[in-house]
Amino acid sequence: MTAITSTTAVPAAPVARPATYALSATEKRLVGLNVLVAVLALFIGSLFGPLQALEHARVDLYPLLQPLLKSYYQGLTLHGVLNALVWTTFFITGFFTLTIPFALRRPLAAPKLNWAGFIVQTLGLLTAAVPILLNQASVLYTFYPPLQAHFTFYVGLTLVVVGSWIQGYGFYITFYRWRKDNPGVRSPLMALGSVITMVLWQIATLGVAVEILTQLLPWSLGLLKGVDPQLNRTYFWFTGHPLVYFWLLPAYVSWYTMLPKQVDGKLFSDALARFAFWLFLFLSVPLGFHHQYVDPGVPPMWKYIHAILTYAVAFPSMLTAFTVIASLEVGGRARGGKGLFGWIPALPWRTPSVNHQLLAGILFFLGGIGGIVNASYNVNLVVHNTAWVPGHFHLTVASAVTLSFMGIAYWMVPHITGRTLWAPKLAVIQGWVWFVGMLIFATAQHRVGLLGAPRRTPLGQAPYVPASWQPWTFLTAIGGVILFVGVILFVVIILVTVLRKPAHPSQVPAIPEAEALQDPQLTPAWLDRWAPWLVATVALILIAYGPQLIYQIANMSNTSPGFNNIW
Amino acid sequence: MTPSQTPQPSLQIDRYERGWMIAAIVLLATFALAVTVAGAAMGIQLPAPELRVNPQTVASEGPFAQPGVRELAPGRYEAYIMSQTWLFIPREIKIPKGSEITLYVTSKDVQHGFKLEGTNINMMVIPGQVSRLTFRAEKPGTYNFICHEYCGLGHAAMFGTLIVTE
Ligand code: HEM
Ligand SMILES: [Cu+2]
Ligand SMILES: [Cu+2]
Repeated sequence: MTAITSTTAVPAAPVARPATYALSATEKRLVGLNVLVAVLALFIGSLFGPLQALEHARVDLYPLLQPLLKSYYQGLTLHGVLNALVWTTFFITGFFTLTIPFALRRPLAAPKLNWAGFIVQTLGLLTAAVPILLNQASVLYTFYPPLQAHFTFYVGLTLVVVGSWIQGYGFYITFYRWRKDNPGVRSPLMALGSVITMVLWQIATLGVAVEILTQLLPWSLGLLKGVDPQLNRTYFWFTGHPLVYFWLLPAYVSWYTMLPKQVDGKLFSDALARFAFWLFLFLSVPLGFHHQYVDPGVPPMWKYIHAILTYAVAFPSMLTAFTVIASLEVGGRARGGKGLFGWIPALPWRTPSVNHQLLAGILFFLGGIGGIVNASYNVNLVVHNTAWVPGHFHLTVASAVTLSFMGIAYWMVPHITGRTLWAPKLAVIQGWVWFVGMLIFATAQHRVGLLGAPRRTPLGQAPYVPASWQPWTFLTAIGGVILFVGVILFVVIILVTVLRKPAHPSQVPAIPEAEALQDPQLTPAWLDRWAPWLVATVALILIAYGPQLIYQIANMSNTSPGFNNIW
Repeated sequence: MTPSQTPQPSLQIDRYERGWMIAAIVLLATFALAVTVAGAAMGIQLPAPELRVNPQTVASEGPFAQPGVRELAPGRYEAYIMSQTWLFIPREIKIPKGSEITLYVTSKDVQHGFKLEGTNINMMVIPGQVSRLTFRAEKPGTYNFICHEYCGLGHAAMFGTLIVTE
C-alpha cells in the first residue's frame, strides 16, 4: 500500500501511520475464543476459592461434593491450575492477538500459526483436565515430584505451553515483518511490550520444558525409575518466577499504552516505559532461587545473589508506578482536577475499565510491599510457605493482574463482539466488591501466616490450630465469600454482554490507544533494539543460573520413585 | 527536512522522575545492604547443602536409621528427624531451657516442610537431601513443628512438638 520513497541517509521521516486498524473477523474470533476459555477457567477455578476459605473457618462443604470432588487438595489443584495458569495464559494470548495487529496496523502475518497455537493450547488444557478431574493428578499447580501425576497431566501441561509458544511465533513473525517494512520507525510501545512479554515467556518456560521432558514425563511413563526432587524444584522455579512477570506485563501494557487514553491523559514517558519492559526481560528470569531460600540443596551464596537481583527487578516496577501515575495525573488535570491531589477524584472512576485498573494498581502497591518482605532472604524465614504467601499472591496475580484483565475485558469483549457492555454501573460495583473482599481476605491471610499457619492446608481439620488463628481464618472466609460474589458478577456481566443484541457500530467501544507526551521517534534507538537486550538477558541467565544448573545436573541422583496413590 | 532541523533522539527524563528513580535505587540498595548485613554479620542461617542421601535406603542405614535426640555435650543436642507420610519421627523432642539443638531433617518419601512455630526455623524437607538448622531454646514452652508442604491426603495432620523444659 504505502510505498517507501525516501531513500536518503538521514533517518527516514516515518511513513504516516494509518490512523487505526480494524481487526479482521478471524482475529476477532481468535481473541474471543482465547478469552472465552480464560473466563471459563476463572469461573470454574474460582468455585473452589470460597470452599477453601470456608474450610479454614471450619465450614466444611467438601463432603457435599464427594462424588465429584474427592478432596480439598483436588480442589486446590483445580484452583491453582485453572486460575494461575489457564485464566492468565489464555487471556494473555487473546489480548495480544488484539494489541499486536492493532498497534502495528497490519493483520497477523500467519494467522494459521496462531490458530494452530490456540488449538494445541486448548487440546493441552483438555488433556490435563481429565486426570485432574479423575483425581489422578492432585499434585497442585507446582506438581513437585515425587508426587506423581498420571502422565497425561504432564502431556497436557506441555501442550498448553507449546501452544502458547506457537501463538507467540505468530506474533514474532508479524512484528518482524512490520520491522522490515518500517526501518527507522520506533516500534509502537503497545506491540513492543506485548512481544517482549511473549519472548520472556519463551525463555522462562524452558525450565519446566526441561523438567517435564527429561524427568517427569519419562518417569510417569515408567521409563525412568526415579527423579531428583531438588533438581526439579530448581527447574520449576526457573520458570516459576518469570511466570509472574508474564502475568503482570500484559497489565502493564494496558496501564502504559491504553489506560492513559481512557482517562484523557497521555503516556508520560515513552522512553522510560520501554526501558521498564526491557529491564523486565533482562532481570526476571535469574531470580528463581528466591522461591528456594529454604531448600537444602541450594548454596546460600546463590540464594543471596538471587535476592539482590530480586531487589533489582523491583526497580522497573517502581519506575512503572511513577510513569503510570504521572500519566493518570495528566488525564485528571485535563479533566479539570486541581491542586496536589484533586486530579485523583477527577479520573473517570465510573468507567468500569478505568475503575478496575486503578483499584488493581492500589492493591498491587500493597502486594509489592509484601513482595519486598518475601524477597528479603532472612525475613522470608518467617513467612515461607505460610498463609502469608497466598495473601501476597492474591494481591498480585489475583488482584493487580486479574482486576486489570477484568477491566480490559470490559471494553475488549464488547469491541470484538460488536456489543455494548451490559450494566456498566454493576461492573463498577463488581470491581469494588473484589477490592473490599480482597482487602479482608489478604489481610487475614497475611496475619494468620505471620502467626505460623501453613499454606496448602485445610486448617479446619488440622489438629494444631490455636485459638489465636481463628479470628483470621474467620475473616479469610468472609473475604473469600465476598470475592466469590465478585467473580460471579464478572462472569454474568460478560455473559450477558455477549448474549445481547449487536449494537450500532458507533456505540461499540474502540480500542483505547494512548499517545505519548513526546513523539516516540525521539526515544533513543537503544530502547528499540532487540539484539543488545537479548544478549544481555541470556548472559545474565548464564551467570546467575549457569553454575548452579551445571552443578545440580552433574550431581543429579534419580533416586526418588513416584508416589501416586497418597491423595 | 534537513538533519539539522530534525530533533535528535535522546533520553529525556523529567526532573521529578529522575528524582524518583534515584530514590528508588537508594531504597532498594538499602534493602540489599540490610539483607547483606543480616546475612553476613548477624549470622542468619539458611539451610545449605549438608548431605545427600538415598530416600529408598535412608530409613535403614546412616544417621536416620535411628531417628531421635542425642546429647552431644551438656546443653548441646542434635536431633535426626525422619519425615514421612504423615508424621515426623520422633514426634516429640524434649530439651532443657538454654540448650542448643541442631535439627537434621530428611524425607523417605515425598517433599515435606518443617516450621518451628514462633521461630525462624523454617525449611523444606526434600527426599535425597538433609536440611539442617540450629535452634537455641531460650524460653520454656511447647512449640509445634508443622509440615507446611503438601504431602498427600494426611498433610494437615502432620506435626510434632518440641518441648523446652525449665
Ligand atoms: C473467589 C475468589 C478466590 C478465593 C476465595 C480464593 C481463595 C484461596 C485460598 C483460601 C487459597 C489458599 C489455599 C491453601 O493454601 O490451602 C488459595 C490459593 C490459591 N489461589 Fe485463590 N482464591 C480466589 C481467586 C483466585 C484467583 C483469581 C487466582 C489467580 C488468578 C488465585 C490463585 C491462587 C493460587 C495460585 C493459589 C495457590 C494454590 C496452591 O497453593 O497450590 N485465586 N485461594
Ligand atoms: Cu518469584
Ligand atoms: Cu505435609
